[in-house]
Amino acid sequence: MSFKKLFGKKVEVVNIGLDSFKDDLEKQGEKVINVEWTPPANIDKNILKILQDNKVIIEAANEKVLEIILNGKPYLVGLDIARNVIPGMKDNLLLHSGPPITWDRVSGPMKGAMIGAIIYEGKAKNFDKAEKVAASGEFDFSPCHEHETVGPMAGVVSASMPVFVLKNEEYGNYAYCTLNEGLGKVLRYGAYDSETIERLKWIENELYPTLKNAVEFIGKIDLKNIIAQALHMGDEVHNRNRAGTSLFYRAIAPAIVQTCDKQDVVAKVLNFINGNDHFFLNLSMPVGKVTLDAARNIDNSSIVVAMCRNGTDFGLQLAGTKDSWFVGEALVPDALYFPGFTKDDANPDIGDSSITETVGLGGFAIAASPAIVQFVGGSANDAVNYTLAMYEIAFGENNMYQIPYLNFRGTPTGIDVTKVVEKGLTPFIDTGVAHKYPGIGQVGAGVLSAPMEPFIKAATGLAEQLKTK
Amino acid sequence: MIKSLVKKGEYFDSVSLMIVGKDVAQMDNVLDATVVMATQENKSILKTAGLYLDEFEKYDDTDLLIVIKSDHEDKFDEIFENVDNLLSEIRNKKDDQGTFTPKSLDGAIQFQPDSNIALISIAGRYAGAEAMKALKHGLNVMLFSDNVPLETEIELKIYAHANDLLMMGPDCGTAIINGIPLAFSNVVNRGNIGIIAASGTGLQEVSSIISEEGFGISQAIGTGGRDIKEQVGGIMFISSLEALKNDENTKIIVLVSKPPHPTVLKKINDKLKEISKPVVSIFLGADSRLVKEGGAVAAKTLEEAALLACAISDEVEISKVNEFLEERRTSYGSIVDKEIKKISSGRKYLRGLFSGGTLCDETQIILKKDIENIFSNRASDEKFALSDSWISKEHTLVDLGEDEFTVGRLHPMMDFDLRNKRILQEAKDKETAIILFDLVLGYGANIDPIGEILPIINKAQTIAPDISFICSVTGTEQDPQDKNKVIEMLEKNDILVMPSNAAAAEIVNLIIRNINK
Repeated sequence: MSFKKLFGKKVEVVNIGLDSFKDDLEKQGEKVINVEWTPPANIDKNILKILQDNKVIIEAANEKVLEIILNGKPYLVGLDIARNVIPGMKDNLLLHSGPPITWDRVSGPMKGAMIGAIIYEGKAKNFDKAEKVAASGEFDFSPCHEHETVGPMAGVVSASMPVFVLKNEEYGNYAYCTLNEGLGKVLRYGAYDSETIERLKWIENELYPTLKNAVEFIGKIDLKNIIAQALHMGDEVHNRNRAGTSLFYRAIAPAIVQTCDKQDVVAKVLNFINGNDHFFLNLSMPVGKVTLDAARNIDNSSIVVAMCRNGTDFGLQLAGTKDSWFVGEALVPDALYFPGFTKDDANPDIGDSSITETVGLGGFAIAASPAIVQFVGGSANDAVNYTLAMYEIAFGENNMYQIPYLNFRGTPTGIDVTKVVEKGLTPFIDTGVAHKYPGIGQVGAGVLSAPMEPFIKAATGLAEQLKTK
Repeated sequence: MIKSLVKKGEYFDSVSLMIVGKDVAQMDNVLDATVVMATQENKSILKTAGLYLDEFEKYDDTDLLIVIKSDHEDKFDEIFENVDNLLSEIRNKKDDQGTFTPKSLDGAIQFQPDSNIALISIAGRYAGAEAMKALKHGLNVMLFSDNVPLETEIELKIYAHANDLLMMGPDCGTAIINGIPLAFSNVVNRGNIGIIAASGTGLQEVSSIISEEGFGISQAIGTGGRDIKEQVGGIMFISSLEALKNDENTKIIVLVSKPPHPTVLKKINDKLKEISKPVVSIFLGADSRLVKEGGAVAAKTLEEAALLACAISDEVEISKVNEFLEERRTSYGSIVDKEIKKISSGRKYLRGLFSGGTLCDETQIILKKDIENIFSNRASDEKFALSDSWISKEHTLVDLGEDEFTVGRLHPMMDFDLRNKRILQEAKDKETAIILFDLVLGYGANIDPIGEILPIINKAQTIAPDISFICSVTGTEQDPQDKNKVIEMLEKNDILVMPSNAAAAEIVNLIIRNINK
């Protein structure tokens, strides 16, 4: 507004800095809005300049990426054994969450889960032997993300494990995820004892075939639709999956009853799903994966297509930078700890589950989930504010996933790395917390802001690519 | 023993951290403490304070350092926990507004789409980029921050000029737009006098006097002190003149500044020739002949400039202003005698302790006419620069708003601590005859100046009952602190309150000359 038009007009102020200036204007009854300002990321000025100079190109690419994300049609189309379907899967391969990692750097829970998987595969009988096998180089390790797969927490997938098979019907690509084991001593939190292994065997021998038959009977299940409904029912499908699990249960239960003739198995399977509020997490995650994978390899786009942690490192991939990983140190979340545990027990952030935030769910949709606001400060308002903040780093808004409280506004979707570094504001992630030692399991749940370092590296990577053109 | 707690990626603004730091330093078992962002500047401050640990090297601007010095090794955990609580209290207070606080300018504009001014007061090295974003969004900018690089200022002003936007500052503390006081400004009557000022307290003094005289302000535009330097070339000064020239509510224009660079002065004079509205100028310390060229009426003091504008607004002869001021000077005799009587022989020096830089400058100019050896941390002559701003020498005028006093501390208009300490320090000096100080009221300034300063003055009066305390109050009765009440309390406590900064300087001039005869 030209100052010629300013004179005589009602003053409306944006205050960036001292709060007292805002208070003073409010006392006078003037319109003023405060910015909770944070410094931009500590990034090379030349990099920022390249990104700014290429704004038009980047935004055009981002439009394309956003369109692909919004058009995604994720369906559950079946179940299978990892070895049969996951690209590149083989008997001596362990997939894991997060960016690539070597055995000498794995964190406690990751180590526990890998050892559990080696025992599960029958390659060792106990911890010590499995540790030797792992260290020997007999197994290769590779990120789930590089195999069209995602895994919660440690995210370890071995060849014999059953997986959900998802298809993006719009673009024809697939994604895979194991079946959720429930709470307590579970592999994904680094447990490897006999209870854990026995449960995995039960999943393989009873749960998997039963679900496989049921899904086959139904044909396919529209997961995007379930998630859209779950958001209206108080889930953000990362830390709260109660509604999603219930909706899935309604979809699958009749088919299980119709396709399984062993009554005790039916009861066990239905009770297992019913008793595990997080059962749907292992479907909401591959929904994110199958949706975002379709948007990979769009040149010049600054939108994040993978954001994940392996308990040691936090890694990112952008739509515009092919298969490059941008990696920084993973942080310890602020969490509510289970009785007897403190932040000292916590492992740094771990899991591929931040794929939910990457696709506009989880922390980005937490305003839809007032039931879990104790994780974010206690008031429903806090949750709303977190979602509102994420609109500032999102490239667009979702067409299907909506927040009732915000008048059904679409969730912030498509994390734009250029906005993250310019505003010094990183994505807000809901997360579970694993104990730092193998074998102990979950110690809490909470939230954290992603570390800035990988975003700086990603912005730099994109800028360097633009420069060489 | 020194221990630290580092919170990576947790940003707090410096004011919040100062408040926390103050509380932490007062905790039990804490010998020394600091809570700061790990900027290069703060790290070097920590080094000088002996609170630096080598591990801090790897942290930067967005990491929070909590450093505690204590003799009680077993208490550190408890202390850190208390600090944590203080920090989350501050954060929650901010989050507890019930409404969303946007994280960026973009976000704010989405929520308040008709925004037309961005008021920016973040650290100087970031402020330029935010100001440019605001300008690009079509907002006028008031940039309060200092330490913005000169080339950034020039870039901002060129952009603003090309797009018909106000770019007030950097280092612009005062502006009144459409009657709304921004940052450090006073509540003034609306009227037909427009002000353009390269000096914040100068603008406060002039606008307050105009308002107290019963006249009013149309617009008061701050340009920032560097605008009139050769490099910036008065870009904002000139475009403000253009704006006020075209503003039909402005009938009289007052220019307030230090002497502009000759090349800038020429531009201003050229511009003035296009303007038919009467213009009053106060270029503090400039040769009045230089500024007459453009047709402006030149004042010698801020007060005179204000009164001249009032006279023009009132359509009376401007010669009346000088008559009035002359007459007032002749009436000082009895007041001077009364103050001299208070001062014991042997006491001979003035100690002026200012929160307003321009008020300090004006006092210096008025005193220099008759008195030599006036030392200051804002001396125009190197010879009279204080070698140590913290220690007075002969006649001393100190601006406590200068950088050496404000690093890691709030401005003295808000935080009285430092000046209060200095008042006591001066009272203990056997050679101090007069303690002169300013009180600047209005928004931005401390809400309870009397509660802050009076107990200290009383203490100083007990230490040295034979000192004269003289003060001027910049502000209006509509200000949140209420000027009349402030003056009443000061006078009740045997402090001589003069009607303007210039008047205070004039009377001090007379007293000093008398006692040193």
